[in-house]
Amino acid sequence: MALASRTHRASRGLLPDQRAELMLGALVCAVLLFVLLLVVFVFKEAWPSFDHNGFGWFGADGNPDQQVQEIYTSANLLRRPVYTFHAWPIIWGTLLTTLGAVTLSFVSALFVSVFVVEFAPEAIKRILEPVVRLLASVPSVIFGLLGVLILVPFIGNHVITDGNRRSVAYIVSLSGYSLLAGVLILSLMIAPLMIAVFSDGLRAVPRGWLEGSLGLGINRWRTFWKIGVRTARPALVAGTVLATARALGETVMLAMVTGGVSFAPNPADGLIFFVEPTRPLAATILQTAEELTSEPMRHTIFAMAAVLLFSAAMLSLAGWAAKQPMKRYGVRA
Amino acid sequence: MSAVAPPKPSAPPAARRSARDSSASWRWTDRLGLAFAWFLGLTFLAVTAAIVLYMMVQGIRYVRPELFVTHPAAGVTERASGGFLDPLMGTVIVALMAMAIAFPLGLAIGVWLSEYGRPSWLARVTESTIEMLAGSPSIVFALFGTLLFEQGAFAFLSRTNDGVVYGRSFFAAASMLSLIALPLIVANVREGLQAIPGHVREASYAVGKTRIATTRRVLLPAARPSVVTGAMLGVGRIIGDTAIIVILLGATLRFTESGDVPLLSTLKGTGSTLTTFVYANAPTGEINQPEKAFAAGFVLLSMVLALNFAVDVAARRGRRWR
Repeated sequence: MALASRTHRASRGLLPDQRAELMLGALVCAVLLFVLLLVVFVFKEAWPSFDHNGFGWFGADGNPDQQVQEIYTSANLLRRPVYTFHAWPIIWGTLLTTLGAVTLSFVSALFVSVFVVEFAPEAIKRILEPVVRLLASVPSVIFGLLGVLILVPFIGNHVITDGNRRSVAYIVSLSGYSLLAGVLILSLMIAPLMIAVFSDGLRAVPRGWLEGSLGLGINRWRTFWKIGVRTARPALVAGTVLATARALGETVMLAMVTGGVSFAPNPADGLIFFVEPTRPLAATILQTAEELTSEPMRHTIFAMAAVLLFSAAMLSLAGWAAKQPMKRYGVRA
Repeated sequence: MSAVAPPKPSAPPAARRSARDSSASWRWTDRLGLAFAWFLGLTFLAVTAAIVLYMMVQGIRYVRPELFVTHPAAGVTERASGGFLDPLMGTVIVALMAMAIAFPLGLAIGVWLSEYGRPSWLARVTESTIEMLAGSPSIVFALFGTLLFEQGAFAFLSRTNDGVVYGRSFFAAASMLSLIALPLIVANVREGLQAIPGHVREASYAVGKTRIATTRRVLLPAARPSVVTGAMLGVGRIIGDTAIIVILLGATLRFTESGDVPLLSTLKGTGSTLTTFVYANAPTGEINQPEKAFAAGFVLLSMVLALNFAVDVAARRGRRWR
């Protein structure tokens, strides 16, 4: 038996080690192939929708909610499927929530990580680090629940006045489900991610550079702000990219608190802009997913998914590019 | 991902404090910056504490022992709508099944990337693909899942009705959920293996062990804390996900069986997990029983906190090579 297996091995020319390498490599290739299949199929399913609308798909024309209704019902009637879809209000909502949350949490995460790395007393440092990790792992549906039961009623009852409601009553109804609620909670969700990457980058700043500045008589804040933060710039970019990808893909929480109508908040409305409802791409997919059974609707939903997937891929490319200079300092993020 | 990386060994000793370091003599902009950093740091602590404490208080108010053992029911009052036995079971089943797929795969990819990695272009492609998976929205995976499992070839994994494959089942949900746990496991396995110094490998090769034997008998046992951390972070991500479950598990609150083989029928059928239970019971959901949502959310949060704590313990035990 042993002899047989040996001759077999010799005939194939493979040592056990080579066989193991081949098997692991095959597994890796299988996973890669699966991901490739995923990307190809999503874009293939999405194509008819892009094909019918051209660049108008990204434009603003009419109400996407009505268009979705048209598309959905067109499959049931014996007529040509309708594909007309102009997603601008949804894309605008995605841009607003993502950029708003990323801006807000970038500023706070920067200050918090400077605080954690350099200025916090040992006791607070020891509490803050696990707290950051804890907050990063709270499921988004819990953030959504808290938002719906606490923040949304608060905005509805105390921030929005009757005057506000009347002034836009003929366009949209203000209920507290709003851009503001989405942005606030989303920034709380992505801040821990940023803080973790930022602090890693700040910790990797060579101590000697900081001490050189301190030795010249520059105070600690200015030293850290001018030298530490500047040196860690690649980490700041990488963390921001990571957090942006997370914000872009956030689905459930935004579906719960932003109001669920495809309305494009209008900056011309002044401060009311912030409390107007909206609905980003991922949340739209979740809420229309029951209509996947309708052929043209399926293509439209996959088109939205393809836009998300493309943006995520571009972000991960940007993150990779930003991470290259960081390798100099031995930071892995 | 690194939001939950094991804590670094204590930071280098802070610069010595002297009277000159006191901020009283700084320019006002610098003092303002420092004050702002303190303010935000403490606010961050306070907000997190408020969230956790609020969930605790609400949870203790609304969790009843009988909720754990009664099935959900379609009722319009808090009293009539039953408990969350099925969602709780669903969470456990989904986590086990998804990890059964993701863990071996993640381990294999992590080992291959760290120990073999040839040809190097394939290693680079793998690395960026895994990174892309980590950054992709889970809702996209869910949509792909509906497409994949509605194919006739996968009909045996879900309910079939007059030749139309329903495509929603525990199998479908778990296999797509494994995709979101995969990057975490790969990253942690790889990090753990790479933290082992080269002389350990060389010592093993020197006594005549092959590369795979070294990996199995020496490197993986040494990297166990990282592997465990990766697995637990993966579980945390899986039980916290909602979008995939809503779309691919059918979101029927009770288990709806399909077929008549005892265990397989449940796995082929639809169901729910704690996350979808919370989603459905929130005021925006279909059932709207906030007390139930708080109770289930509390249970979910406790599970996540326990996992977090376990990760901390595992990370603390993993300082062998530093």
